[in-house]
Amino acid sequence: MVSAIALLALDVGWGTTLALKTIIVLMVIPAGAIILGYVFLLKMMSHMQSRLGPMDPGGFHGWFQLVGDGIKFLQKEDVMPAESDRRVFAAAPLVVVLSTFLIFAVIPMGPDLVVKDLDVGVFYALAVSSLSVVGVLMAGWASANKFALLGALRAAAQLIAYELPLLLAVVGVVVQAGTMSLQGIVYAQRDGEIFGLTGLGEPFILTQFIGFALFLVASQAELTQTPFDMPVAESELVSGYMVEYTGFRFLFFFIGEFGTAFAFAALAATLFLGGWSVPGVTGDWANILGPFVLFAKLMFVAFLMFWVRFTYPRLREDQLQALAWKVLIPLGLINILLTGIFKVAF
Amino acid sequence: MTRPTTASERPAGPAGLDPGAFRHLADAQVNVELDTGDMILNLGPQHPATHGTLRLVVRLDGERVISADPVIGYMHRGYEKLTEFRTYPQVTTLINRIDWLSSFANEVPFLDGAEQLMGIEAPPRAKYIRTVLTELSRIATFLLFLGEMGLQVGALTPAFYGFRDREHILNLIEAATGGRFHPNFNRIGGLKEDLPWGWMAECRDAMKIVFDACHTFENLVLGNEIFEARTKNIGIIPAEVGASYGVSGSNLRASGVDWDLRRDGRPYLVYPDLDFQVHTHPDGDSYSRYVVRLEETREAARMVLQCLDAMPSGPIMAKVPRIIKVPEGEVWVETENPLGQMGYYVVSKGATGPFRVKIRSASFSNVSILPWLLQGVYVPDVITILASLYFILGDIDR
Amino acid sequence: MPKLPGLIGGLGVTLKTMLRPAVTVQYPHEKEAPAPRARGVIALKEENCTVCMLCARQCPDWCIYIEGHKEQRPPRREGGRPRSVSVLDRFDIDYALCMYCGICVEVCPFDALFWSPEFEYSESRIAEMLHDKKRLGEWMESVPEPEPLEVGADSGKKK
Repeated sequence: MVSAIALLALDVGWGTTLALKTIIVLMVIPAGAIILGYVFLLKMMSHMQSRLGPMDPGGFHGWFQLVGDGIKFLQKEDVMPAESDRRVFAAAPLVVVLSTFLIFAVIPMGPDLVVKDLDVGVFYALAVSSLSVVGVLMAGWASANKFALLGALRAAAQLIAYELPLLLAVVGVVVQAGTMSLQGIVYAQRDGEIFGLTGLGEPFILTQFIGFALFLVASQAELTQTPFDMPVAESELVSGYMVEYTGFRFLFFFIGEFGTAFAFAALAATLFLGGWSVPGVTGDWANILGPFVLFAKLMFVAFLMFWVRFTYPRLREDQLQALAWKVLIPLGLINILLTGIFKVAF
Repeated sequence: MTRPTTASERPAGPAGLDPGAFRHLADAQVNVELDTGDMILNLGPQHPATHGTLRLVVRLDGERVISADPVIGYMHRGYEKLTEFRTYPQVTTLINRIDWLSSFANEVPFLDGAEQLMGIEAPPRAKYIRTVLTELSRIATFLLFLGEMGLQVGALTPAFYGFRDREHILNLIEAATGGRFHPNFNRIGGLKEDLPWGWMAECRDAMKIVFDACHTFENLVLGNEIFEARTKNIGIIPAEVGASYGVSGSNLRASGVDWDLRRDGRPYLVYPDLDFQVHTHPDGDSYSRYVVRLEETREAARMVLQCLDAMPSGPIMAKVPRIIKVPEGEVWVETENPLGQMGYYVVSKGATGPFRVKIRSASFSNVSILPWLLQGVYVPDVITILASLYFILGDIDR
Repeated sequence: MPKLPGLIGGLGVTLKTMLRPAVTVQYPHEKEAPAPRARGVIALKEENCTVCMLCARQCPDWCIYIEGHKEQRPPRREGGRPRSVSVLDRFDIDYALCMYCGICVEVCPFDALFWSPEFEYSESRIAEMLHDKKRLGEWMESVPEPEPLEVGADSGKKK
């Protein structure tokens, strides 16, 4: 603990800081993907289905399963379909994973623990998260497989359609906080007041509950998770656009999927639950507690997302689109309207 | 020699026709170049949605199906030929494996036919136990259906609940007959042996679990608005069309036709003495097929409890000679199997085995409606319809 | 009370199941015992077998291979003629072919074949699934006692 405080007080040059931050982000994403994958996909899903999940690898409730899976994937043969476009095929997973890493550049884990606190942090995060659509289309086309193509086209339509509810949900938060910078939004929640009561902070979930629900639904669709997993419909297209991918390329898709889930959960925790902040804690203590607080909040959001994923059947493509355009976008617009009215009136 | 590619280079076929003109009718393959306009998609024979080795060649326009052709026969095992060279006990063993999820129900019509030809009747206790086991296999296969229809529509969890609750039924069948899936318990004249001690109490406990399971499926799957959106008005089979294609069982009852061979056909086993309801549903869509099967599961559990309450004591085997030779004759027996109407036409020439057995399996006729039913639906709906018709490949191909 | 929308009800079902213990039996650390009647493996009681070949003939798959020869034994009493006795040389069951139907156990007139619930005898090669009479005799130890029948059964008569 003492060394952590000492480290934060060290005066290092910008090059070292950048290198450190890059390494941390590069480590956080796979670690986050593995933790989310193990806790929710392997253990929570298993218990919801009355079974145990992996128990043997690693001895204690199979915690080593995903790490072992990763190692297994790394040593597999690199197979490409004969008719595929080799460069595009190889580049597609990289594009998807790239967008995940880039989101983490703006998520704050403490008052000083952020790669770069952009003034347009929210705008940047949402823009960068839509890069994955390009990766999905590349994967589907380059696979030279009809099933993959069907999956990729469905995915593109879905991801583009659900960008808008995601955006509109966040606009409500931005209007209430008055800033697009993520640190600013966290400070607004920590230092805000509920009906004049200070000290408890004001997590935006209390006032932006419509926005929270919209954000959850839209991020479920952005991650192509049930009930919006038409692109990866396991019982029809058998993994859709990812069907021709094996070995470490599939590992990248997997890390991309769960890493993005990690990133969206972190975003939701930051925008609606107060991020790294605990009301009343400032200064160095916030820097130490911040990551853990953020982790706890994002696990809660991820629990909600995965709970829905393992319970509901999937919507058909046209029903999915109808939901986005006819229900969620009007809701988002109404939310912004109400937020604006309340912001000006009170 | 290079392969001729243009029409002018190819030699003319019979009747002067250009063989290349019919190339578009050739067998569809995956990864063929995209035809302009329509796309031919091969669902199967290896596909998680088709319950086995069914191949469905669909012609798509975007995501809409223009025409669909089921190609069956990948699992043909030659049952009708096999029965020509086997004795009656051996045939009983084989026909367990036609519809493997409800295998006890396959034995019942065949042995009923053999008993009719011999002119003997199984004692009452044997009939009651046969009824109990038939309804147990109905419950077993429907629990699987309730689970895996949720799976085909996208929900992962109901399938596990279906398998988990099915275990209790399979353990019961194993305790009585020795085999979980293939009981091989019926004999001409009765049953192989009687039930073990404590079986009836275990059976009652298992029925409680079945009622709980039906309640769970109602909450988890049937009440789910997304499931309703995916299955309502999908795959509507009008009653006349269904009947003309030979669709039977729960599929036809879901279209509003009040027809159940347990009540309306020739009386067999103890169904005339049981008090049960036949469930129908007015719409003929996938949702109603799910509802009908859910209600039938409950009804089957109630029938089992009735039979257990009314179980008579006595022998379980009629007087039959040591070496059974069934006298000459022909008989047609049909029963209400879980998948639909199953029938056997047994021709006997007085030997220890049948001379010829014709098996009318329910799924063969249920699947024949697919080309008519799948026109104009979306690809995801194809999956839903296949799941709701509930066929078993062993039943289609025999 | 108005009915909860089905979406919420479904979430409740999965949450409840998550909080209950799982039903998995962790084989091979824990094992479930199958029912006494379970058809696991066929055991041979060699002293009862008279090489009548009924089981081999009635098997639908013809997976039983029997070889035997006749021997002369001295007469039981003075002045009688020597008895001829069938001796079993080879009794193999090919478990790769066996359908576990039980016809052989049923038709044996001398009660030489028995069902046993033993199921852990898998091999890594198909050829090793052919078990000889020594192995089949070893499985006799796992054959359970005949169990009592249910209330109302006619316990006197057998088939």
